Order: sequence, then structure tokens, then C-alpha cells
Amino acid sequence: MRQRFDRRDFLKLAGIGGVVVASALRGAQGATGAGGKSDDFYFVQLSDSHWGFQGPPNPDAKGTLKKAVAAVNSLEERPDFIVFTGDLTHTTDDPKERRRRLSEFRDIVSALDVRDIHFMPGEHDASLDNGEAFREFFGPTRYTFDHKGIHFIALDNVSDPRAQLGDEQLQWLAADLKKQSKDANIVVLAHRPLFDLYPQWDWATRDGAKAIDLLMPMDNVTVFYGHIHQEHHKITGHIAHHAAKGLMFPLPVAGSQPRRDPLPWDPAHPYQGLGFRDIDAEVDERKFELNELPVQKG
Amino acid sequence: MNIARRRVTTAIGGMALAVTFGLRAAEPKEKVIKIVARRFTYTPNKLMLKKGVPVVLELTSADVLMGFSAPDFDTRANIIPGKVARVRLNPDKVGTFTFLCDIFCGSGHETMSGTIVVEA
Repeated sequence: MRQRFDRRDFLKLAGIGGVVVASALRGAQGATGAGGKSDDFYFVQLSDSHWGFQGPPNPDAKGTLKKAVAAVNSLEERPDFIVFTGDLTHTTDDPKERRRRLSEFRDIVSALDVRDIHFMPGEHDASLDNGEAFREFFGPTRYTFDHKGIHFIALDNVSDPRAQLGDEQLQWLAADLKKQSKDANIVVLAHRPLFDLYPQWDWATRDGAKAIDLLMPMDNVTVFYGHIHQEHHKITGHIAHHAAKGLMFPLPVAGSQPRRDPLPWDPAHPYQGLGFRDIDAEVDERKFELNELPVQKG
Repeated sequence: MNIARRRVTTAIGGMALAVTFGLRAAEPKEKVIKIVARRFTYTPNKLMLKKGVPVVLELTSADVLMGFSAPDFDTRANIIPGKVARVRLNPDKVGTFTFLCDIFCGSGHETMSGTIVVEA
């Protein structure tokens, strides 16, 4: 049974107004039901599972990702695909251990009842070896794909430990955008925020502004990212940026405490602050509706 | 005309030189603060500064490539092992601010930070 939020509940949860709305009715009427169009679809964003992490912020560190997999599999309708926006694993200095974690992660998510999964690295997966181990398991760290009229661009702002895209990747992005029409429907996927969310906690991409400058002439751009382990919504110009919750431990609101230490586990509300989202793509309307879902119903 | 112009130029040049030397002589030498970075700490990790009194940070790494970033003062540097990174920091506002490592350096990177306290 899918967890449903009505619009009012969702806006209250998100703490925003008008940026995104909940897809409360899909479970009842279906994506192609009343008012829906045949080419509308939905996909799921998972992020920051940090497989291999151990510590008090999550006493169920070995079980949470599996619960998330079960939660995705229990969705009433199968998503068209899943995107995993980085930090699949928790970092380790040991290259063998890194590969072991990536391998275990891959085994666990192989239970997902969706075959089309797009993986991206986070700095925990890729920054210590410039993405080498990640590529062995999941292929390129940046890529594009098209789905039902939407052009998806997965950027890599983590393989360089300096948290930058680099000139070569920016040229690649520029060349890709040149092939798109100005009114193309574009979704950018990234691990880190492309804008300066809170550089004091390293919540930024050093040359992210250059990517935003390249994207700005395009009429319809939406960014989905991870890294900050919490829901967050921001508009830069006409570009919407949506951060997803994580699947290991939540992080505090930017600047709300001296350090970015994980929020403590609350035994009264286990898995609080963790979750994933489904994203309804209303292709013709150039609109996305976000629905935040918990790891475990409670 | 040419001779007169040369004299004027020489005189202006001489004045500029004098002004330059005069300023240099009057400038107080900026305080240098040495900071050692090692995974996952800075020593010292708390800098006490006076508003409007710039300092020079001399940064070294005891192990791997690190970053030093003080976003509130738009100041950052790469700290390459075996080299001294020098960066000037102008504390132009009062308060308590964060500096951090902005080059991912391993498990514990997220905790590698320090504090800049700027007093009036």
C-alpha cells in the first residue's frame, strides 16, 4: 500500500508553497486515468544509502536499505525507472573494502522489482579513487538518457575530490545542451547541489554556477540531487532544485547546529527523516509532482 | 619641450617611488598564523582574529591533499603535501565562522573543520 499525502499535507511537510505538489491521486486513478496522459510516467529517486556505515545514528544500518527496497517493491504501480543519486556506499580508505561494499550494495538493490536503474556516484563512492571502483560496478559516472520526451543529464560532481565538474565535463554539458531545443524538457541529476546551498558544510559544487549558467537559457530544467540527507527545494532563476532524503541517517538543516553531525536516532520514531520519493512526470505540462515516502510506514 | 616633459616625468616618477616606499614603511607586518592539516583535524582549529586586521595563513599538510575554505571570507586554498600554502584572510565582520576542508579526504572528512572568531 502506497503512502499517500494530500496536497496540503505535502506542502506542510515540505515547508514550501507552490514549488512542488503531491501526486495524491495516482494510486487511486492511475497515471493514465482521468486527466492523465498516456505518456505521463513516474520514476523513483533513491539517495545516500551509505552502505557500510556503522554507528549510533542508525542502529539498523544493515537493514535500512533492504527496507527501502521492499518499500519500492510495494508501490502499487511499477515506476518506469529508478535513479540513485549517489553515496551508494560509505567511504573507506581500503580499495578492496570499497569494492566489497559496492558489491554488497549491488546485490541488495538487485532485489528491486525494476530493471531500469540509473546509478550515480557520491563523494563517498568516488572521491578517493576518482570514480574507478564505481565505474567497475556501474559504468560511466556521467551520462545522458531520454525517456518519453524528457532528456536526463547525470552530472558527476564527486569524482574530483575538489567537488567540481571540471572544464571538460562543462564542455560536454554545453555540447549536449546544444543538441536540445530551447524548450526541451530537461532533468539534471547530480549528487551535490549545483548551487551554493551551504558551503560552510561543503554543500556546494565549486564550479556549479558554470553549469547553471549553461542550463539557464533552456526553458525547462529541473534538478534532482542528494548529498544533504534531507528534503530541500530551491529555485535559481527558473531552475528548480530538489534534494532527496537519505537512507542511512538524516542531516540537520543547514547552519542549524555548529557541525553537520547526523541527527540522532530516535527510538520512538525509528527511520524518521529517512525516505525516498516518487516523481510524476507530466510531460506535456513540463511539470513534476513529488511524493515523499518513508522507508517504513509508522 | 622634450627635456621639460622628461623632467616632469622624472619628478612624478620620483614622487610615486617615494610614496610607494613610504607606504611600505608605514604598513604593519601582517600576522602569520601557521596551521597544520592532517586527516581529519586542523591544528590550531580555532583562530582568534580582530576585525579589520588581516592575517596570513601558512597552511601545511601532514599527510594527504587537503583544502582550507572559509566561505564567509571568500578565502580558500589547496594544501599540497610538502608545500606551504599561503593565503590572506581579511576578517571584515565580527562573529563566529566556520572553516573546513573542502577536498574530500576520507572517512572523517565531514568532521574536519574549525572556527574563526572575529572580535571588534
